[in-house]
Amino acid sequence: MAPFPLEELFGYIGANFIYVLIGVAFGAVLEMAGFGSSPKLAAQFYFKEQTVLKVMFTGIIVAMTLIFWATGLGWLDYNRVWVNPTYLWPGIVGGLIMGFGFIIGGYCPGTSLVAVSTLKVDGMFFTLGVLSGIFVFGETVGNIEGFWNSSYMGRLTIPDWLGLSTGTVVLLIILMALFMFWGAEQLERIFGDKKAPPAPKLRLVGAAALCLAAVGLMGLGQPTSVDKWTQIASQKEPLLANREVQIHPAELLGLMTNDQLNLIMLDVRDETDYNLFHVIDARLTPLNQLDTLVQPLLHESANTVVVLMDNNETRSTEAWKTLVANSVPNVYILEGGVNCWLDVFGHEKRQTCATDGAGNDNLRYTFQAALGARQEAAEPEKKEYANLKYTPKVKMQAKKVAKGGGCG
Amino acid sequence: MTVSVSPNKISNEAKPYLNPYLAGGLLGVVLFLAFFITGNGLGASGGLNRIVVFFEDLIVPEHVDRVPYLITLAGGNKNPLDDWIVFMIAGTLIGGFISGLIHRRVRWEVGKGPQISVRTRLLMAFIGGSLMGYGARFARGCTSGQALSGGATLSVGSWAFMFAVFGGGYALAYFVRKLWN
Repeated sequence: MAPFPLEELFGYIGANFIYVLIGVAFGAVLEMAGFGSSPKLAAQFYFKEQTVLKVMFTGIIVAMTLIFWATGLGWLDYNRVWVNPTYLWPGIVGGLIMGFGFIIGGYCPGTSLVAVSTLKVDGMFFTLGVLSGIFVFGETVGNIEGFWNSSYMGRLTIPDWLGLSTGTVVLLIILMALFMFWGAEQLERIFGDKKAPPAPKLRLVGAAALCLAAVGLMGLGQPTSVDKWTQIASQKEPLLANREVQIHPAELLGLMTNDQLNLIMLDVRDETDYNLFHVIDARLTPLNQLDTLVQPLLHESANTVVVLMDNNETRSTEAWKTLVANSVPNVYILEGGVNCWLDVFGHEKRQTCATDGAGNDNLRYTFQAALGARQEAAEPEKKEYANLKYTPKVKMQAKKVAKGGGCG
Repeated sequence: MTVSVSPNKISNEAKPYLNPYLAGGLLGVVLFLAFFITGNGLGASGGLNRIVVFFEDLIVPEHVDRVPYLITLAGGNKNPLDDWIVFMIAGTLIGGFISGLIHRRVRWEVGKGPQISVRTRLLMAFIGGSLMGYGARFARGCTSGQALSGGATLSVGSWAFMFAVFGGGYALAYFVRKLWN
């Protein structure tokens, strides 16, 4: 499923060659649109020529429709697509400064590159300006760090924000863009060049096609975690069946004391059981909250290991499917769950679990008080258990999520 | 629209630009492919940023190693140019040049309004560029990396940013109308 791990597939040179090719296409399209010419760009703000608005919003709605059809069909993994994180106020203030820069200087950073490559001298001066503005920012960001990092909302998307389905949002945005195009054409008729060739009728066909595609998208919907699991089940079920991802409590103890790993333990049991006993540093994570954890987990560092634990393995296996379906790497299940942990590190001090992890999902041990992680077995001494035998199963895998957009 | 400094009397005139809706449609396909193939979308200012930091690292590496914002890009042995975005802007330059050649639009000239001198235009281009560069880092992205890419993936912040850019442009446009009209 796209996006593809380019460096794995094509090597360093091949991957970067692809980026060059995408850049070539980008530059050529900008040039053909007329974005190498500053008077054409600036005309946008005097109502004479609405090229910037038309090109930008057509580009956005076409790309958006294609992206969400691809994710809807399960061809593209939206979780691994870079979505600019929202820092609301810094974004708005920066945007206003850029708007001023745009109308004074006549370009934006991308278009100034095209101006440079077609030998526009003003574009060269503009680009030098951009480089110096970037330099000044880098040297002074320390003074405004508080504001610059404020109003952070993470990966906030419009469907999440409005509580609407992706298809509905796509349709609304297309309708908004079409309305803006209509307005833009009215303005051009009043303020623009009277001799400009009439807009081709074909654009109406395009508009209709986009609307239809958006309505289709509303019917198609976006894949849920269950859908995503169904798609990869045949590939991943063997890992569960061959017990390649269920780790022995002693292996987990080893991970807990390994400073080189970023270990995240998610306890998917009920709050009552969690309060009675849980492994130290395990986070209480009800299954229904797991979806909200996907994005934060995807953006954890590359040395992150996630270990899920239930009383046995019932809910932790469900949780494993959800996380794996959402492309979270390095997810493991505590073998036999908390019960097995207590078999090994509790009073019985067994070498292996009393049961194989199947069977009922209750806490097999009773506790006098709800001491949570202050129970003795919550934090065993590693050296006391150095002779425990187990098959190590954790194999670290690289992340495949996009690291950052074109802004980093 | 473009006013040449030294009017070129070359027989082969520049070809007309593409219809904006068609150009936008092509841009949309390129943007989609960028996401589909790489997951990253498009960008420009991030690459220019890395070029700036590259030169800083060349001249004053100790300074780069002390500023947290710069460390992430070029701390220690890290080469700030070793990033996909740098390859993408190299491609953007090549693509712009190829298209310019084909459509006979590669020529030395200054794009400006009819009422201002070349010197004023170049000064304004530099000032506008500085604001653009500063603002682009402030907003964590430029028109390509924020507005286009974030717009298409439905990021709330990118849409707020986009309206701010247009808002800023329209707010100031009246006061600098001499530059362009």
